[in-house]
Amino acid sequence: MTPLSQLLPGQFGKLVSLNPDQAVDQRLMALGLLPGMALKLVRRAPLGDPVAIEFGGQVVSLRLAEAESLIVDVAADCPVQRPKNTP
Amino acid sequence: MSSKQITVALVGNPNTGKSTLFNALTGLRQKVGNYPGVTVARKSGRCDCGDGLKVELVDLPGLYSLAAASPDEQVVTDVLLGSLEGSQQPDAIVVVLDVTNLLRNLFLASQLAELNLPLALVLNQADIAHEQGLKIDTQLLSQRLGGVPVVLTSAWKGEGIASVRRAIAEVLNKKTKMTQLTWPSQVESALGAIVQAIQTDTGQAPSSADAQRILFSSNAHTSDRLGWSQPQRESIVRQARDQVRAAGYNPMAAEPLIHYAHLRKVLEGVIAGGTGKQGNAAALDRVLLHRVIGPILFIGIMLGLFASVFWLAKFPMQWIQSGVDFLKAMIAPALVNTPMLQSLVTDGIIAGVGAFLVFLPQILILFLFIGILEDSGYMARAAFIMDRLFSWCGLNGKSFVPLLSGFACAIPGLLSTRTIEDPKARLATAFAVPFMSCSARFPVYALMCAAFIGPLYGPGWESVVMVGMHCVGLLFAVPTAFVLTRFVLKVKPQPFVLELPRYQMPKPSDVLWRMWQNAAEFVSKAGTVIFAMTIVIWALCYFPRDAQMSDRIKAAEPTLSEHEIQSRTQAAMIEQSWMGRFGKAVQPVFDPCGFDWKITVGVLASFPAREVIVSTLGVTYSIGKGAEADSQHLRSAMQEAKWMDGPRKSTPIFSLAAVLALMVFFALCSQCGPTIATLAQETGGWKWAAISFFYMTILAWVMAVVVYQVVIRLI
Ligand SMILES: Nc1nc2c(ncn2[C@@H]2O[C@H](COP(=O)(O)OP(=O)(O)O)[C@@H](O)[C@H]2O)c(=O)[nH]1
Ligand SMILES: [Mg+2]
Repeated sequence: MTPLSQLLPGQFGKLVSLNPDQAVDQRLMALGLLPGMALKLVRRAPLGDPVAIEFGGQVVSLRLAEAESLIVDVAADCPVQRPKNTP
Repeated sequence: MSSKQITVALVGNPNTGKSTLFNALTGLRQKVGNYPGVTVARKSGRCDCGDGLKVELVDLPGLYSLAAASPDEQVVTDVLLGSLEGSQQPDAIVVVLDVTNLLRNLFLASQLAELNLPLALVLNQADIAHEQGLKIDTQLLSQRLGGVPVVLTSAWKGEGIASVRRAIAEVLNKKTKMTQLTWPSQVESALGAIVQAIQTDTGQAPSSADAQRILFSSNAHTSDRLGWSQPQRESIVRQARDQVRAAGYNPMAAEPLIHYAHLRKVLEGVIAGGTGKQGNAAALDRVLLHRVIGPILFIGIMLGLFASVFWLAKFPMQWIQSGVDFLKAMIAPALVNTPMLQSLVTDGIIAGVGAFLVFLPQILILFLFIGILEDSGYMARAAFIMDRLFSWCGLNGKSFVPLLSGFACAIPGLLSTRTIEDPKARLATAFAVPFMSCSARFPVYALMCAAFIGPLYGPGWESVVMVGMHCVGLLFAVPTAFVLTRFVLKVKPQPFVLELPRYQMPKPSDVLWRMWQNAAEFVSKAGTVIFAMTIVIWALCYFPRDAQMSDRIKAAEPTLSEHEIQSRTQAAMIEQSWMGRFGKAVQPVFDPCGFDWKITVGVLASFPAREVIVSTLGVTYSIGKGAEADSQHLRSAMQEAKWMDGPRKSTPIFSLAAVLALMVFFALCSQCGPTIATLAQETGGWKWAAISFFYMTILAWVMAVVVYQVVIRLI
């Protein structure tokens, strides 16, 4: 169980939980980031924040401060979903 | 057929190709307007769907979910629900989807199905799907979704457009609806309970889509619209949400969870392949978002943008200026017998047209750049790189381009705030842009520095003051944005969640078309206001007229040359014009800043355009019209100017304190009619334009007083 902010660039994880009451999490859920989904922290911005994460074949930027509630499980050896669009 | 216009709405996620498709379907028959009462642009156009069927197609802003988070998204939802006053519910919906990310795009479509309107799906970007080796079974998809037309297109290549027209005609004829998902029974009954309660409490039956918005969205927008009050709904909604929770769903997560689960089943067997080329984003990002190379390239690109807006635009601006001058010179002789008409036509009308035309080169160049940056996919990366520098004061990474452009000119800067999705950050950025030291402030600084700072303290200090003045605005803009977003604007802050799209070659015709549309909108909206302002200011400086003025001057000092008489007459005329009288009357207000009446008239006359101060000072100091910042005469006239009376009698008017105060005043004051007009255009009303005007002007006055009073005591 790791907060998303502690993932290293290139590291994969599986979303364990988020906080559906928060606007960011609602937006991410609309984009398809739901518990159980595999994601990858692709990179950090040059100034350290925001970060780019990849899930479901898309890359999305979010601010760490706004994504505090995202908890991922890095123990699971899960690749980012490929091929794209596989439901 | 009835005379009622049939409207069809284009809806979809951002960046799916709605606008490209819209352009392909409507061609040049487009209208850009505004939804009543909101700043969201309403783009509509006529689309010919064959067999004489003509519909009004509306291009809506992109959104990811009907559970609207931002006010702009709320507008889209309201339009689709038919609940926005002054706008009718569309007769059919065309959902535009990015076929390479079908699952996510179908989430919105699946929510839209709940609206129970005739609907067609357009799977766009087929060319990319083809490149990636994706194969989509559109027939199977259509069948699974209740027979709605599913069309595969590439709006970019213009492929499949005819089938979209046919699909529109088909849904309008057959009223095909997309299959709605089956809610888990507890959720279904929770929705039923809400519908029931609203019907009992308000007497009107809400749609099931309304009930979903109330159950699943955290805001109370829908309940408020239906007139379902807080005490009436509170316990009902809580019970309904408890029911959803009993079914094992967090009520705030239930909607995406249930829709996505449903859609995964819908898509089974629909997509094949897709293991092919993975796109270019990862490889390019490795360079463009690299920790060191990324920012360097970013600075390079932005310098290029700034140089183009600043320098490249100078040439066409000069042509426009010479064109205006040429026209004046052409027309003036023809009207020489009617001096009032002559002045109205040359200094009023022609100058007024020139006053907004002169912004076009910068606007066109900036929007050319923005179009290229957006369509190539780089704009999102630029925002990603810069966001950290802006997030702390309530702005975001997308504020950078508008603020940078503001250093050339506030007008293109303000127009480019359109690229900021978050309304709060957009408004705060628009508020900050006019503080940036635009190129019109340059002549003022140049005149003051060359006439006073340089001669007194040497070229070293001259450059220090020059650079310093360019930072003053920024220094005040940042805290202003901070206070504005933190304490003043009550809108909920939007999370900065930004898709980093794939990189792509921009399509020239699209970029040029949008560039043109932005410019045309500026001319038709802000342009008319700017024109009107110019005429008003002309009148204030022209009237009342004293026909005997030059004779009297000649009689008093018969030795004056013809040229001197003319300059003196102009100076005397402006002194007794409404503007001059007003300047003298309000001079006491500016006295604590160390401004005499001539400076005050200059300050007042330059409210429509700050650079006017130089030529106004030229007139009031009897140098004649058309004085420039490098005019030696003007400099020495100002250096010699002394107070005529009062406690400062016979000390120089332009002391160091007054010079600095004047420059600080110009750095901060809202002295630009076009900026105010554009601010009003972009914020959807005069409220924010007025707030900006008074805030900047009062701030400028206060800071000028502070500078004058402090410096005069120190030196
Ligand atoms: N490859 C490809 N690109 C497209 C297609 N349709 C649109 N685009 C590009 O996708 C980007 C977003 O398009 P736009 O029409 O502005 O999307 P909107 O945000 O939905 O209005 C632009 O760069 C378009 O050039 C298409 O069919 N194929
Ligand atoms: Mg669009």
